[in-house]
Amino acid sequence: MSSSVHALKGMKPATLTHENAIEITGMNKWYGSFHVLRDINLTVKRGERVVICGPSGSGKSTLIRCINRLEEHQKGSIIVDGTELTADVKKIDEIRRDVGMVFQHFNLFPHLTILENLTLAPIWVKKMPKKEAEEIAMHYLTRVKIPEQASKFPGQLSGGQQQRVAIARSLCMSPKIMLFDEPTSALDPEMVKEVLDTMVTLAQEGMTMICVTHEMGFARQVASRVIFMDQGQIVEVNTPDEFFKNPQHERTKLFLSQILH
Amino acid sequence: MTDLMSSDIHFVRASVLEEQRPPTRLSGPLLWMRENLFSSWLNSLLTLVFVSGVAWVLPDLIHFTLVIPVWVAGSSKDCSAELLGHPVGACWGFVNAHFGYFLYGQYPDSERWRVDIYYGLEAFGIFWILYPKAPFKGAGLAFFFLVFPIVGFTLLSGMPSIGLRTVQTHFWGGFLVTIVISTVGIVASLPIGILLALGRRSAMPIARLVSVIMIEFVRGVPLITVLFMANVMFPLFVPDGWRPDSLLRVLVGVGLFSAAYMAEAVRGGLQAIPRGQYEAAQALGLGYWQMMIKIILPQALKIVIPNIVNNFIGLFKDTTLVAIVGIFDFLRTIQASLADPNWRSSTMPLAAYIFAALVYFIFCYGMASYSLAMERRLQTGNRH
Repeated sequence: MSSSVHALKGMKPATLTHENAIEITGMNKWYGSFHVLRDINLTVKRGERVVICGPSGSGKSTLIRCINRLEEHQKGSIIVDGTELTADVKKIDEIRRDVGMVFQHFNLFPHLTILENLTLAPIWVKKMPKKEAEEIAMHYLTRVKIPEQASKFPGQLSGGQQQRVAIARSLCMSPKIMLFDEPTSALDPEMVKEVLDTMVTLAQEGMTMICVTHEMGFARQVASRVIFMDQGQIVEVNTPDEFFKNPQHERTKLFLSQILH
Repeated sequence: MTDLMSSDIHFVRASVLEEQRPPTRLSGPLLWMRENLFSSWLNSLLTLVFVSGVAWVLPDLIHFTLVIPVWVAGSSKDCSAELLGHPVGACWGFVNAHFGYFLYGQYPDSERWRVDIYYGLEAFGIFWILYPKAPFKGAGLAFFFLVFPIVGFTLLSGMPSIGLRTVQTHFWGGFLVTIVISTVGIVASLPIGILLALGRRSAMPIARLVSVIMIEFVRGVPLITVLFMANVMFPLFVPDGWRPDSLLRVLVGVGLFSAAYMAEAVRGGLQAIPRGQYEAAQALGLGYWQMMIKIILPQALKIVIPNIVNNFIGLFKDTTLVAIVGIFDFLRTIQASLADPNWRSSTMPLAAYIFAALVYFIFCYGMASYSLAMERRLQTGNRH
């Protein structure tokens, strides 16, 4: 990131105030009577990059969606940078402001231009002046390498471009933590790399990240830890090297043998 | 060299194929007709039936309304075929003679300029907010939703302190009443309808319950019943000293009635918005109202523009029902004029009702065309 951009007012890189970015203790969640998350215990330290993988239906998306309260957990506690997630709407909003999320299907706002997609939250949530918000937006669009698309609508962009816009949109809120929910699964094969490159850059700059993904190359390259989930439980946690070379649990071995040919 | 043979197992393209124009198609009116009007025997039959139907009706209609009508008349005698000794068409003289009554009802002659100004202000306001290229849209909205209602009401009902004689609402009538009721109905029903639709999908049980009761109760009874109830029951709910004006009662009834329908139209739009849009807005930290106003409603309302305009058109035509509680709307003034002894004649209603139909059609078709143009405008560059 160039130093001139840091001079922009709203662009002070956000830092976590606590050593533990996320602390999840004894967390359980049910959909009706279906026990979707079972006794999750997970601590993510400041600057850590955690990759979560596992078969579909294992609860990995649900887990990260609990961190910004898109899903509600019923038991246990989730503490994000020192603030515990409860039904308190003020705290939820506070945490959502600090936690960025990138979705599988981008979820850009189709009725707004790319620039408006990026400036909306800074203007309305952070009460930032429009001009400043636009400067920041253009900065992040440049970083994800599509500043020339600013005045287009999401529908006019390719999937890869849309996902990069979605990442930039989150970054405009200067989040302290980024959550990625299968960011490349809905992309055409040729577009996966451009999105992963953006994420790698972000990781190298020290962003605290949790990524649900099956991009094992990405996991090897940037992850501090890889978490394997199955049936709503954390089955195995390890460094990427050990995780891929030397999986311990039978389920992990089976999973890896299925996805690494 | 031919590029690829079906029998080839190995193939590597050596040269890029140039872009080519599509093959030109033959054109011309005869070919167009053959392809579009007479492409099959069913299509040909439809074409013939339609053309002969038009040929059967249209000449007579034109002859009656435009070739042999009476444009100016003093009484039904001037339109009588027996007295004139030749066949006559529509008696437009009748419409001419009563035009003022149709336009203003019983509004006092000397004060009708106030109604004219009201019409002018409303037309100006509508043009300002609806014409896409008109500048200062914010000021236009403020004018139409704040300035115009106050100025319009003062103009019409009067304010003796500034020299405008009081004109009570039972003197209002004709097209004026139709316009006032439909404007108030349309302007009130959209925001109330949106609130009801949001309430119905709210997580708060009370908001949901109130909305559901309102919507289902109002939708479950005919407008005529709502009007009767507004007329009879509304006074029971207000303080003793205050007797709400009969036009006001009807306005409340019509407003609530159309709001209930509007709510269901809007709800349809809300349901069509993918969950991801809500989640993205929430994840960015937007609050409920910010999310609704900035993200969800703009998309939802765009989807249901046809339904909303359909409701507007229905409301505009339903205003004719207020005649039942004794209010002289446009159609009712026409009917009343037909009872005028000077204009008693069996041919008179034909001209009168053709005129009424034409007026309603112009306004409804205007709304429909505008909504189509709007849909097309919003479509550009905004695809999913």
